[in-house]
Amino acid sequence: MNMTFIISLLEGLWGTVVLSVLTFIFGGLAGFLIALARISPVAALSKGTAVYIEIMQGLPLLVLMGLCFYGPGIFGYDSLTPLQAATFALTLYSSAYLGEIWRGCLQSVARPQWEAAECLGLSRWQRMKTVILPQALRIATPPTVGFMVQIVKNTSVASLVVGYAELSYNAKIINNSTFQPFLYFGIAALMYFAICYPLSVQSRALERKLNVANR
Amino acid sequence: MTYEFDFAAVLEYWPLLVQGTWTTLRLTFFCTIFGILIGAFCAVVRTGGPGWARHLVGLYVEFIRNTPLLIQSYFLIFGIASMGVRLPILVGATIALTINIGAYTTEIVRAGIESIHRGQLEAAECLGLSRVQTYLHVVIRPALERVYPALASQYVLLMLASSILSSVGVEELFGMANRIQSDTFRNFEVFVVLGVLYLILAVIVRAGFALLGLALFPRRRKLGTPL
Repeated sequence: MNMTFIISLLEGLWGTVVLSVLTFIFGGLAGFLIALARISPVAALSKGTAVYIEIMQGLPLLVLMGLCFYGPGIFGYDSLTPLQAATFALTLYSSAYLGEIWRGCLQSVARPQWEAAECLGLSRWQRMKTVILPQALRIATPPTVGFMVQIVKNTSVASLVVGYAELSYNAKIINNSTFQPFLYFGIAALMYFAICYPLSVQSRALERKLNVANR
Repeated sequence: MTYEFDFAAVLEYWPLLVQGTWTTLRLTFFCTIFGILIGAFCAVVRTGGPGWARHLVGLYVEFIRNTPLLIQSYFLIFGIASMGVRLPILVGATIALTINIGAYTTEIVRAGIESIHRGQLEAAECLGLSRVQTYLHVVIRPALERVYPALASQYVLLMLASSILSSVGVEELFGMANRIQSDTFRNFEVFVVLGVLYLILAVIVRAGFALLGLALFPRRRKLGTPL
C-alpha cells in the first residue's frame, strides 16, 4: 500500500463526484422538460419524447458515449474535452430515465386535483406550478434519490470510450503498475460504496416516510 | 459539413459483427438462467431463512447494488488472474455478470414474495402442505408472475450492460466494434451501426421475455391480464 496511490484514487473519486453532479444538474433539467413534454396534449411532442426515451433506454451507455464523443467532431466541434463528452452522454442517458420516472410521479397525482385546478380557471402552467408540481415533488423524491445511485455507478464507464479520468480509471492505471487487483479495486469499490450506500438508505427512508403519510 | 460518411467500410466487417452479436446473446442467455436461479434462491433465504443467512444475503445485495459493474468485473477477473488461475474469459465474464444480476434479481423477487398475501400461506398450511411445497407452489411461482415485467426490463438492462465487459477483453458485440474501429478509423460510423444493432437486440430480448412469459404463466394467459 502506497500513499501516492491512495491520493490518486481520491483524485479519481473527485472526478467521479464532479461528473455525477454535472450529470444530475443537466440530466435533471432535461429530464424535467421531457417529463412535461411526455404528458403534453400536443401529440407530436409526447410521441416524439416517447421515441427518444425508447431509443435512450435501448442503447448501452458505452455506445452513447461513443456517439457523443465522435459525433460533435462531424459538425465541426472538434475540441470536446472528455469531461464535456461524458457529461453530454450521461445527460442524454439520465434525462430519459428521469423523465420517465417523473412522468409517472406527475401522473400519479390524483386526477381530481387536475380537474379541480381546471375548474378554478387556472391556466395550464399555473395549474402545474401551484397544484401538481408541489404534490408530485413529494412522490418523486425517493425514486430520484435512488436514481442518483445509478448516475454515480454509470460514471464509471466514462473512462472506457472517452477516457475521462475518474475513480475506476485511476484504479485500473494503478493496478497496471502494481498488479494488486484485490487491494486497489477493493478500495475503489469501497469508495463507490461510501457514496452510493447513504443515498440508497436515504431513498428507502424517504419512501417509508411517504408511505406513512399515505396510510 | 464536409464529413463523408462511409458505412460500407464498417459493414464490410459484418462477420465480426455477427460473431459479436452471437456472443452477446449467449452471454445474456446464460446469465439470465443463472441469475434467476441465484436470485430466486437468495430471495427465499432473505425472506424465510435463518437470521445469519438473511444478513449474509443482505450484505451481498447491498454491496453489489452500490458498486459499479465495471469495478466488480475488474476485481473479479483481474483478481482471479492474479491468483494464477487460468479461466476462459467468457466464463469469467459470465460469473461476474451473474453475481451482479443475481443481486438485482434477489431484490425484485423478494418484493414479489413479500406481496404474497398471508392468507395464501395460512391456506397452504391448512391444506397440509410442507414448507418446501408451500414455497414451490404457493410462493415462488405467483411471486415471479407478479414481478415478471420488472424482471424482464432488468434483463434487457443486463444485455446492454454486458457491453461493459468488453473492457476486460470479452469479444462480444462492443468488443468486436473496438477491433473494427482500430482497423477502419471510422469511429462515428461504427458507433451508429452498434447503436442500431443494440436497439434491435433490445427489441429481440424484450420479445423473447414476452413469449417466455406467455409460456410460463398459463394462468395469466387464461385470465387475459397483461404480463
